[in-house]
Amino acid sequence: MSYIADRKGLIMLTAFDKALLNLLQAKLPICHHPFAELAAQLGSDENTVLHRLQELKNAGYLRRVGPFFDSNKLGYQGTLVALRVQPSNISFVASAINRYPGATHNYEREGRYNLWFTLLTPDRQLCEKILAEIRSLPGVEDMMSLVSRKKYKINVQFNLK
Amino acid sequence: MDALDKQVIRVMQDEFPLVHEPYKALAQKINISEEELLRRLQELKAKGKIRKMGAVLQHREVGYAANALCAWKVPIDSMDLIAANMSSNAAVSHCYDRDVHPGWPYNLYTMIHGHSRKECEQIADTLGSQNGISSRVMLFSVKEWKKTSMRYFCEDENANIF
Repeated sequence: MSYIADRKGLIMLTAFDKALLNLLQAKLPICHHPFAELAAQLGSDENTVLHRLQELKNAGYLRRVGPFFDSNKLGYQGTLVALRVQPSNISFVASAINRYPGATHNYEREGRYNLWFTLLTPDRQLCEKILAEIRSLPGVEDMMSLVSRKKYKINVQFNLK
Repeated sequence: MDALDKQVIRVMQDEFPLVHEPYKALAQKINISEEELLRRLQELKAKGKIRKMGAVLQHREVGYAANALCAWKVPIDSMDLIAANMSSNAAVSHCYDRDVHPGWPYNLYTMIHGHSRKECEQIADTLGSQNGISSRVMLFSVKEWKKTSMRYFCEDENANIF
């Protein structure tokens, strides 16, 4: 089902919305009038596209519009960090991790390692410093830093039908 | 990459305006011409520093309520083949080869999206049987503590020039 409830009520995705969102997920043109170009591909016009996108944005459908960068090519390095944290300390530890700008995703998960976060840093020294700080937080019993060797796919794209 | 490229990257991480000439509005914020901004963006895209120009949707809003990080133990020799196979499944959004640790032999990570937990498990079963991999661990999320986009070159918000 493709709908959400917002303050104003329920917004159903129309066939036009789905086509628009599928196009926009794939490619936003880099040109003077990008939305006119998208509109042309949909057989619509620029004002209609802009108006509807604003509504979809207000309703919470769009997480982010713009460029998505290759962190390695910008000189950053990334790692996925798994922690085993005593349950009574997990809220404190999660909040401490959240304060690092390079910690972009932080999830409590089922299993032996119960807190998982991604960390992006401009250099290795900063990464190691942050990891040492987190390792020494109260209740942190174990930590693994799972550095990526190769990225095969990074593509959060949903084909709306 | 020069100082202006970094300025371009910084301004492009601000909210993208839904207006007729969005790049013109962004260019004005950093006092460059629209042409200069477009040229720099095309170049960042051509070099792969921008891997995608477009939108990412809120997946819960579009009906994908469940996600699982699934870690697999894959023989090194078939890593490329299996990773490519798993990546070709539309339900897999991320697929990374990662370091192993003592007592943690899993070396391939897939983020699986589904409408329910059960569907995520079925997708993982399919991925496993298609690739002959039975050793895996499903890491279902219990709570989201943080989910943001990285802001590159903003380590020191007071510094204008790098």
